[in-house]
Amino acid sequence: MDLRALLDRPTDAERLAVDDLLGPSEEFNGRVAYGGHEARARRQLLLPALHACQDAVGSISRGALGYISERLTVPPAELYGVATFYSLFNTDEARGTTVHVCDDIVCSQYGAKGLLQTLEGSELSWEASPCLGQCERAPAVMFHSPGEGYGNAAPVDSDTVGNVVFDELPHGVVHQDQSQLRLLRRIGRIDPTSLEAYRGSGGYQTLTRAIELGPDGVISALDESGLKGRGGAAFPIGIKWRGVADAPGPDKYVIANGDESEPGTFKDRLLMEGDPFAVIEAMTIYGFATGSTKGYIYVRGEYPTAEKRLRDAIVMASEAGLLGTRVANAGFDFDLEVRRGAGAYICGEETALFASIEGYRGEPRQKPPFPTQHGVFGRPTGINNIETLLAALEVIEGGAGEFARVGTEQSTGPKLFCVSGAVEKPGVFEVPFGTTLGEILALAGGVRGGRGLGAVLLGGAAGVFVDFSFLDMPLTFEDTREAGATLGSGAVIVFDENCDFGPVLRRIARFFEEESCGQCVPCRIGTVRQSEALARLNDGETLGTVADELERLDDLARVMTDASICGLGQTAASAIQSAIRLQLRGAPA
Amino acid sequence: MFGAGGGTSSYREIEETDLIIMWGWGSNAREAHPIFFHHVLKGVHNGARMFAVDPRRTSSAAWADVWLGIDVGSDIALANAVGREIIHHGLQNQEFIDEATEGFEEYAAGVEKYTLEKAEEITGVPAEAIRQLAHEYANADTAQLCWTLGITEHHNATDNVLALINLSLLTGHVGRYGSGLVPVRGQNNVQGGGDMGALPNKLPGFQDVEDSEKRARFEAVWGAEVPSKAGKHISLMHEAMDDGDLTALYIIGENPLQSEADSTEMLRRLTNLDFLVVQDIFLTATAELADVVLPAAGWGETEGTFTSSERRVQRVRRAVDPPGEAHDDIAILSAVARAMGYPWVTPTAEEAWDEMRQLSPLHGGMTYARLEESGGLQWPCPDEDHPGSLFLHGRLWERPIASRRAPFHAVEDDPPVDTLTEEYPIRLTTGRRLDSFNTGVQSGRYSSPRRIPGVLDLSPEDGASIGVFEGDRVTVTSRRGSLEAPVRFDRSLRPGLAFMSVHFPDDVDVNVLTLDAWDPKSGTASGSSLWFLPDGPPRSPRSSHRRGAVGC
Amino acid sequence: MTMTEREISTITAQVNGEVVEVPDGSTILDACRQAGLDLPTLCYGPTMTAANACRVCVVELEGSRTLVPSCSRKLEEGMDIRTGTERAEHSRRLVMELLGSASELDRSGDQLDSWIEDAGAEPSRFGPKAATVAAQPKIEDDLYVRDYGRCILCYRCVDACGVEHQNTFAITVAGRGFEAHISTEFDVALPDSACVYCGNCIAVCPTGALVGKVEFDMREDDTWDESRQGVTRTVCAYCGVGCNLDLHTQDGKIVNVTSPHDHDVTLGNLCIKGRFGWSYVSSAGDV
Repeated sequence: MDLRALLDRPTDAERLAVDDLLGPSEEFNGRVAYGGHEARARRQLLLPALHACQDAVGSISRGALGYISERLTVPPAELYGVATFYSLFNTDEARGTTVHVCDDIVCSQYGAKGLLQTLEGSELSWEASPCLGQCERAPAVMFHSPGEGYGNAAPVDSDTVGNVVFDELPHGVVHQDQSQLRLLRRIGRIDPTSLEAYRGSGGYQTLTRAIELGPDGVISALDESGLKGRGGAAFPIGIKWRGVADAPGPDKYVIANGDESEPGTFKDRLLMEGDPFAVIEAMTIYGFATGSTKGYIYVRGEYPTAEKRLRDAIVMASEAGLLGTRVANAGFDFDLEVRRGAGAYICGEETALFASIEGYRGEPRQKPPFPTQHGVFGRPTGINNIETLLAALEVIEGGAGEFARVGTEQSTGPKLFCVSGAVEKPGVFEVPFGTTLGEILALAGGVRGGRGLGAVLLGGAAGVFVDFSFLDMPLTFEDTREAGATLGSGAVIVFDENCDFGPVLRRIARFFEEESCGQCVPCRIGTVRQSEALARLNDGETLGTVADELERLDDLARVMTDASICGLGQTAASAIQSAIRLQLRGAPA
Repeated sequence: MFGAGGGTSSYREIEETDLIIMWGWGSNAREAHPIFFHHVLKGVHNGARMFAVDPRRTSSAAWADVWLGIDVGSDIALANAVGREIIHHGLQNQEFIDEATEGFEEYAAGVEKYTLEKAEEITGVPAEAIRQLAHEYANADTAQLCWTLGITEHHNATDNVLALINLSLLTGHVGRYGSGLVPVRGQNNVQGGGDMGALPNKLPGFQDVEDSEKRARFEAVWGAEVPSKAGKHISLMHEAMDDGDLTALYIIGENPLQSEADSTEMLRRLTNLDFLVVQDIFLTATAELADVVLPAAGWGETEGTFTSSERRVQRVRRAVDPPGEAHDDIAILSAVARAMGYPWVTPTAEEAWDEMRQLSPLHGGMTYARLEESGGLQWPCPDEDHPGSLFLHGRLWERPIASRRAPFHAVEDDPPVDTLTEEYPIRLTTGRRLDSFNTGVQSGRYSSPRRIPGVLDLSPEDGASIGVFEGDRVTVTSRRGSLEAPVRFDRSLRPGLAFMSVHFPDDVDVNVLTLDAWDPKSGTASGSSLWFLPDGPPRSPRSSHRRGAVGC
Repeated sequence: MTMTEREISTITAQVNGEVVEVPDGSTILDACRQAGLDLPTLCYGPTMTAANACRVCVVELEGSRTLVPSCSRKLEEGMDIRTGTERAEHSRRLVMELLGSASELDRSGDQLDSWIEDAGAEPSRFGPKAATVAAQPKIEDDLYVRDYGRCILCYRCVDACGVEHQNTFAITVAGRGFEAHISTEFDVALPDSACVYCGNCIAVCPTGALVGKVEFDMREDDTWDESRQGVTRTVCAYCGVGCNLDLHTQDGKIVNVTSPHDHDVTLGNLCIKGRFGWSYVSSAGDV
């Protein structure tokens, strides 16, 4: 690292922001300097440092970049590579308040275009954004003001989009009766900013129970419960936790993946915002059971409320002796830290998330080796998404048998679905595995306006379209797999019979094009070629016949699915191909 | 070291060692030996801890876990304090000391006065950092102690090296895979030159000129008498020139007018000679003074071998024809011999090499064919079945030791000859930069975007207190001479320390300033000296300020 | 002395039905090569950790949902590998078509040409309006040309400049997706960056996107002719590290200097002096 200082110096505000995070810089004393391995290990503070500057002044200027580079001994080019990877970091001129307007699958159906047109004529700077995870109240925006922070607003219209607010949004509405709920039972009922309220509702009894069971008892219960990961891969949780527990110590990590970025997905946001102590309690048990003393909760950058709730909750839990050394007066230590994403869908992929925590571009790594052996900082790591962690909490609290009684044999327990789009009551719904798609739609009040069903996109942009013929399909891992569909993230995006799917598919294609990390050829170039082909078909400017274009799309789908490094590329053609197969209106045919 | 002059280790060992100490000033491996530093960095990435001992926090030192910014010329005090600290905490490798070394008691007594506090006073480095270096070096399973020109281009160069060797003997960090002493050579074949006997007291293979048995073997093969007394090393030659004892000089491939310290003195010496022959590939400044210039073929135009810092002999080959009348050195020397009346037939490089192999056991097994096939062999390689030697002195770990024990040499701190005074308040060190080489004869001929011309590097603090800005031209004066150079600020320098490169003698002849105080043991000249900035009127920022600091 | 010798255990696996035995730690690519198969590789360099980015070396692995990159996937006991299945060949062809549709590959060497031909890849099938990385060559000094219209983003230059070899980190991949590109900080010109002009990026570039100025100029003038070039191995004339150099000569002049990738001192790397400091040799000389 031949640090070559950029000629620009940081402004006082930038220096202050960085020093606030890293402490004051040491003067060169000319006689002794400590650096090397210890200094380089501070690279993991890179994203927090970039956030600090972005938050304070609205951009990462040359001077700020140079100063962070100097402070963390990370070469400026490396830093620039990282800063330009994440869409929430601005390496151009600083701007004032910026409005990020979601124009993704759901919001684009509900007025996003109008908002963009309104902003075009306003003084505010704005950007079109991928899904902001507020789909139950589309269309949504996120504000960012230097020095102020981030705020969400949804729904907004042309009149309100310019009203910059930083008030926290109310929680998403839970439509179901309390008796039907386990995972969602505290949402909107228990004050998420109060540890007392959490304890009063039974919180932290599960940690006590876990300590009684011991690490092995906890993991055995997870095995018996049949709990599988809710993030999309459906991996048995007991096996994962045991993998970390059995890995040689001492440095191991557990991570809560709160980088929920799949379009149409917002359940984890609800949980983090509405029940943050439950996330912390689950992570504490995760650390206890696996022998990890450090945990991270990685929250996507577009969830400022969730991030704040979690940070506050960690402080309260620490003060109450529920985090830190000798947690709950038991013989284990556990520290928990919140890390904020910065606008990169790919960071939901676990190895990309590790890279992001470590201070690198969020580029996925080849697996194997798997995280339980080689995770964050190259150490054994357990990583689960938020819903899975809360489900694990349920297993310990109510017992494995009780948990497994819910759902089907292969898909046990309760499951959350995020229903959005053309339904009467969009929101998160908690149902036992095995509930059919039709039943879920009924819970959400059916197709909006009494119209007929066009199609449902299951699993978000990386998912598949299904039509009315799937309404009786039980939503389980096994049934969806058999039907060639997927549960994916639990997104259920509903389109009515009048929907023109052409623009939807082009938006999905653009999503992958914009969110591809750029590392592997099938995804980096394939997603662009897929978009180009859809545009040509839409414009009637096909290369050769329509059949030629369909063949080309099929070739691209195959190479992306077969040869991409990670799930992003592997699923980038999934929804589009399913729409073509179903011959949805406006899909290429 | 302990007889044969070569680094004890191979580059690959530094990739696998536990601790790396880069010890040396005025030279910076990151810039002066970049590919060697690649191996260092592999070691660092493999988890090795690194210490750097250098007055400047160079781009090498920037990689270190701990940098010790010693005063120029205080290396021995530091090394002795490290030794004392190790002994006082019982961290020495007593088994190794008892079984493989001699002179420990005298050494221990000799370093006794170098307490950490005293070392802090002499070196300027906080005692705690010295303590840390001592403990980590002693406790490491394997450790590589590396140095470059800085240690050896100094009036007490040999003592400096001995002080470091002592540390390796104290801890047993020598003669094992991963542990050793690594002097990194400054020139392509300075190792090979020494190996081949281009030293005043040695025959090829480090065989003593004054050993009559050894001499007899050479005389038998060469059919000529070999002088029985050691010749003069370069500093003694200077003295002999001054005394009028040495009146004719034949210089091959050197530019001493510009490369030696105190160039004013050097010019006088060379012009006073009766007869000067210079054989070189360019008409250097020295060649311009010569009575006869013999145009030599250069690198890329000749055949032969170079020996690298890890004692690896590698083939050098001819890729293009030499220009004009130029011939390779073997042809010129043979022709000179013929002109003197000896019936020499010009041998090929390989024939000359094979003759040498017969006489130097270190090189006995190194046929051209084997060198070719293996990508180079490391001496000792006594016979054609020998694979060459990754490291030296493995014999010290034989029990009982079969050969000579390795001696400790008690050495004393010996401060720089030039002292700092109010009149001469700033210490100058000289050295190399990344893209240039020595006096720039070769490196000056390509266009480098990284070239930093002849400038005076100063700490910004000194710049401020003297009242100069970047780009200002200042007069720099030492007790020997003065020159003009533009100022450049370098944040890796502490106040009181300045740096100049040696690459631009035609513009800024730094050796006008430097002191020709030489080391009586090896004959290497000291590169350090003092200098003084005259109290000129402060320059206005407007006229002289150019732009912000450029790091290096 | 002797070198430290380790017991080397081996792994047995099948490649296209043929049993191969390779040392533990080998990759699938090593096993394929031992079985005598020439798989194309672009981002993989023998002296570097596989970047695992181009995906041109993918093969079918029994039991794996997706194809696997042979360059970076470690061989495991009992693996059953197929290199010539329709699926593997399809992906290899598509990867080459995608690369060829986005980047200029005409200076990538004969080997890539033959791979493209063998795979039956038609990069032009994505039409004349397909997005490309076309860009003017960056000529910012007398040593390098950065001709990023030929860049396939294999990461080799970034890795060579970074942690694999040089550790200077002057260049990085900036941006993401199709916009990802090799850049200095804020895209400053190379002389204003941390670049130390070692040229170790040039040494690993597979497509001629990074090239010495002499070679670039000769190619532009159409005077670069490898069939008339000879290569002479020698040792660098500068410091005492002993880096091996290959002097490439054409018409009695040195036109390029490289270092052998298989020599353990350099692994193909050099410093600015070794790689570029040779112009004094071909100069007429003052003597």
